Amino acid sequence: MKQPLTLADLKPGCKAKILRIQGNSPFKKRLLEMGLVRGEVIEKLKLAPLADPAEYVIKNYHVSLRREEAADIILEEQV
Amino acid sequence: MADCDPEKSKVPIDKAAAFGIKTITVALMGNPNSGKTTIFNNLTGAHQHVGNYGGVTVETKEGTLRHGSWRIKVVDLPGTYSLTAYSMEEIVARNFIIQQKPDVIVDIADGANLERNLYLAVQLKELGVPMVLVLNMADEMKTKGLHADIKKLSKIIGAPVVPAIGVRNRGTDKIVARIIEVAQGDWSQSEKVPVHYGSEIENELTKIAEPIIRRADQLQQTGSDCNCPLCLVTNPQWVALKLLENDSEVIGKMHDSAIRREVDQQVEHSRKYLTSIYGEDPESVIAEQRYGYVHGICRTVIRRTTEARINFSDKFDKVLTNRLLGLPIFAALMYLTFWFVFAAGQYPMGWIETAQQVLAEQVSNLWPSGSDSVLRSLIVDGIITGVGGVIVFLPNIMLLFLALSLLEDTGYMARAAFIMDRLMKWVGLHGKSFIPMLTGFGCSVPAILATRILDNRRDRFTTILVLPLMSCGARVPIYLLIIPAFFTSARSASVVMYSMYLIGIVIAIVCARLLRSTMFRGESSPFVMELPPYRIPTLKAVLIHMWQRSWLYLRKAGTVILAFSVLMWFLASHPRLPQEQIEQLRQEKIVALEQQGNFPSSEAAAIELTNQELQDARLSYSITGRLGRTLEPLLKPLGFDWRIGTALVGSFPAKELFVSQMGIVFSLGQVETEESPDRALQSDQNQNQDQDQPGTSSAVSSTQADLSVSPQAALRTRLKQTYSPLVGFCIMLFCLISAPCMATVAVTKRETNSWRWPMFQFFGLTGLAYLITLVVYQMGSFIQTGI
Repeated sequence: MKQPLTLADLKPGCKAKILRIQGNSPFKKRLLEMGLVRGEVIEKLKLAPLADPAEYVIKNYHVSLRREEAADIILEEQV
Repeated sequence: MADCDPEKSKVPIDKAAAFGIKTITVALMGNPNSGKTTIFNNLTGAHQHVGNYGGVTVETKEGTLRHGSWRIKVVDLPGTYSLTAYSMEEIVARNFIIQQKPDVIVDIADGANLERNLYLAVQLKELGVPMVLVLNMADEMKTKGLHADIKKLSKIIGAPVVPAIGVRNRGTDKIVARIIEVAQGDWSQSEKVPVHYGSEIENELTKIAEPIIRRADQLQQTGSDCNCPLCLVTNPQWVALKLLENDSEVIGKMHDSAIRREVDQQVEHSRKYLTSIYGEDPESVIAEQRYGYVHGICRTVIRRTTEARINFSDKFDKVLTNRLLGLPIFAALMYLTFWFVFAAGQYPMGWIETAQQVLAEQVSNLWPSGSDSVLRSLIVDGIITGVGGVIVFLPNIMLLFLALSLLEDTGYMARAAFIMDRLMKWVGLHGKSFIPMLTGFGCSVPAILATRILDNRRDRFTTILVLPLMSCGARVPIYLLIIPAFFTSARSASVVMYSMYLIGIVIAIVCARLLRSTMFRGESSPFVMELPPYRIPTLKAVLIHMWQRSWLYLRKAGTVILAFSVLMWFLASHPRLPQEQIEQLRQEKIVALEQQGNFPSSEAAAIELTNQELQDARLSYSITGRLGRTLEPLLKPLGFDWRIGTALVGSFPAKELFVSQMGIVFSLGQVETEESPDRALQSDQNQNQDQDQPGTSSAVSSTQADLSVSPQAALRTRLKQTYSPLVGFCIMLFCLISAPCMATVAVTKRETNSWRWPMFQFFGLTGLAYLITLVVYQMGSFIQTGI
């Protein structure tokens, strides 16, 4: 089976729709309440100077996520 | 009666109430970066104070304002994204609302980022609290081409909506007016839970709520003083929703009862059922539905008049967090900050020193010259020297806090965490740890409070434990005293100063890595952090921010340090040297001189002890001197004598006391700057080590001390005469690493909720300081003598 596309794989400057968040940590709740819910379009803006974390735009605001956390966010196809 | 809340009527009959003044409590809520604090400042002006709520340690600010016959108490709660309790701050904010039941909640929403901000507003409505919604940053909305239909929004939300521009103090009056209207019940706030989660979820919610409602009815009859959510919350649907969302705070707080077991069973069953039909856990579905609802609101009330262009913030950010330029810009900004603090601080420091001198002189002149008044000594040597020595550094500390406020309020602090996260992760910490670390350069106490932004206990405790290694503002006085005394060239002075900061950081990194791989092993917490748009902070906000922090320092100088200055002065001057002892010392001196064959014994009667000798004898006879001497064998391997030992003990209440302590120790045996070669006249008692020789100059009594030289400069002269530069360096090193101050110990205890960690921190760091200073001093001496 093909590996699902995650936010970590997204190239800077690209956008995609969120499908779901893996795992079951309290952190998942934080992501949900910050608006990373299914169907939302998220854009990877750029990487930090040391390549991690990355800056994303969702719901018109900016948020930073580490690569390992972004890897838990499964995306639909790129838009 | 103004109100019939039993909580409030406990207060003795208010004088204000007699004049028909009604008091209401208002809580400010809102997302982080929504401009909540600015609105709070607008509402309350200078009438505010920082406090803690009900035993919990999260800072809440409180202020009051008067409006007609109303007295409004405003509480600024920590910023939160939702009512789902994830971090400590969110728990505190939520518990405040549930337990204290403020009369009105003002939700500050960033209008330019409405969708995420409304998420909280909708949750507040679900909880069913009386609310005023403020759409802040109306100006930013305009530049973004967003237009909100306030009336429509107000109707949907079921609460008054006020547009405002916090930074320009627009809309404040309207907010106050709406608060009073809501408090008076002029706004019928709809009771209905606004979000519909779909019939499946709603069905399950009803099932979960049923036993809770039953219990609430029971309680109506029997009454209960239980504090758990089952009994306390008047809104059973809300409790049911939180339980379905798997909210561990609510679950953990419920007291055990038959009802709870029943509820638990139902929740478990419902969660399983919903997960099976949605293929997702209920919290995801609920968040999705709630956001769907919020999105719907935004679509109805927001009109986009122009297409959003690339704004100023984005352009700015492209440079500041640029992959190539980001780090150098960051380093340069940090350097600039510290340069600014110390360069600009010099001038007011000079003024304060002069004022202190003049004051000491004036007070001294109240007594006849040469008098041996205890009161004079207490005021001049104890209080003025002690407190003055600390106040002198107020400009530096205020400037540092000013710089930190600026970094925070412009939004750069979050970028700094963004840039530094990779490095901090390598250390074993979190990018957000960087913010308390940076604050730690100001003062460990607010820095330890700032660790609350860390969600993970391991990250948080590690940060707290190594925080005192950040060279705080109270260490600065020590450096500023010692560096000019021993390292006179401007270059070597700045190198030494810089190295102290660097050494602290390096040791902190090593310790943090060690802690993270031993006691606090485990995954680091996730790094999700909002990067707010860059904003130009208002002068008022920055000044209030700076003032609140500086005030803590000033208050410390006024209370703790004043008390300890007096105590330390007492310990350094009592018990007083009895006359027989003086006579005995004189005899010893005569014998010593005779043995050297320096003069015929017929002149013995004319020999007197020099003032220097007298003062030294007095000091070593005092409690302080004895304590210092007891410690001396332990401290000698570090190159410290009993005076430094005494000052180190004395600096436990606050690090900067080391300076005043040295000042007191040396001013009791103060020197004139002119030296006269009196080497031969040294009493046996003081002939220990070469560093131990108390001055080679003749001395005058402190009453006649040469006050035309600044006290700091006089102290430095003495230090230079007494110690080697290596000892000077070792003093700074030891002060940097060793025992955090009393306030730090206290706040660590409070924040970690156990004595274990502050004790570990205290003894661990002091032991480490001893070890490192020992190695440095011994190696330093070896190299010096070896060459």
